[in-house]
Amino acid sequence: MIGRLWPVFVRDLTLLSRGAQGRGGAVLPLLFFLAVAMLFPFAVGPDARLLARTGAGVIWVAALLAAILPLDRLVEPDLEAGFFDQWALRGFSEEALLLSRILAHWISFGIPLMIAAPLSAGLLSLDAGQLLTVEIGLLLGTPGLAAIGVTIAALTAGLRAGSALGGLLAIPLTVPLLIFGAGSLQPDGEGGLALLAACSLVALGVAPFAGGAAIRAGRE
Amino acid sequence: MQDCRLVANDIACRRGDRILIRGLSLTVESGQIVHLAGPNGIGKSSLIRILAGLLRPYAGTIERIGALALTDERLALDGHQTLENALGFWRKIDRASGSVADFGLADLLDVPVRFLSTGQRKRAALARIAASEAPIWLLDEPLNGLDQHWSCMAQVAINAHCNAGGAVIIASHQPLSIERVQTLQILDYAA
Repeated sequence: MIGRLWPVFVRDLTLLSRGAQGRGGAVLPLLFFLAVAMLFPFAVGPDARLLARTGAGVIWVAALLAAILPLDRLVEPDLEAGFFDQWALRGFSEEALLLSRILAHWISFGIPLMIAAPLSAGLLSLDAGQLLTVEIGLLLGTPGLAAIGVTIAALTAGLRAGSALGGLLAIPLTVPLLIFGAGSLQPDGEGGLALLAACSLVALGVAPFAGGAAIRAGRE
Repeated sequence: MQDCRLVANDIACRRGDRILIRGLSLTVESGQIVHLAGPNGIGKSSLIRILAGLLRPYAGTIERIGALALTDERLALDGHQTLENALGFWRKIDRASGSVADFGLADLLDVPVRFLSTGQRKRAALARIAASEAPIWLLDEPLNGLDQHWSCMAQVAINAHCNAGGAVIIASHQPLSIERVQTLQILDYAA
């Protein structure tokens, strides 16, 4: 099964990171993430103390918004083109397909965000310790964001105005990740990282099954 | 080719609030071709999806021995990929090794799928199915958009697949010129 899934995963990863067929690739969320970090100092002024205190929260909000950006191209185009039907005929479970897609989505947006985080940290004048916490937080939290994103993409695929709806649905579901992610940067907030990891694990555990059920229900 | 068999027992199909088909039974075995005939909107495509196991029948059961290949209005080929790579993706998944009937696509292999014409897309879908090495073919309107020559060639390929021990179910409102086809008028089962 894993062997047969490999070409599917490679295709998922190429489509999501390079972009094609109306999909924007990994660059778009990355630029968006950096743009938010760049805009924020313009809005609140260059006071380094204020930026350092609020900056980590901004990084997390930016990460969350960047994760929402590619939602409408995670599942919808392949459902539309009949790929999921063809995979179903070949005995692939929707759960396995979505797990592959979550992993591909995470690689194509989570890892670029972690690479861009030091840049954002510079713009928001975070110190090295805070940056390290942000990086660990992103490592633990972005898989959860990816899982929630793919689930919602599967739920809203085929709906009219699915992309706008997807963003609206994703925001409340990602609130726990935001709270624990940004909270881990408060003094004595290290426990936030553990809770962040817990939230991610729950999302990762539930997402393939919820998304798979959504795709099957969509066939009726 | 392995023995294959697709049996539908007493199928009813519901779309929305309407029952389209009821009491339909059919059996297709190696070497047989069944033509599901009937006017637009009678439920041919839904029936094909039920037979493929993608849609739950409202009533009745489906039994199947052997792998399935399906082609419908959705191509399932990446538009930005060249035809060769797009077909190659499915060959990798199907682990297909044999040579493929090329349906006159040999000159188009380096063309991105999104630039293909309607008829060329249809032929690409047939090539994907032929390459899958599945014994049971479910074809939903396979001749739509094909010119006379390729319509003929497609039917020759379908016939050849049956001679090789495959089974084919074709949903089409067009008449077929294959000889030993059994025709099932869906209108007889309309609810």
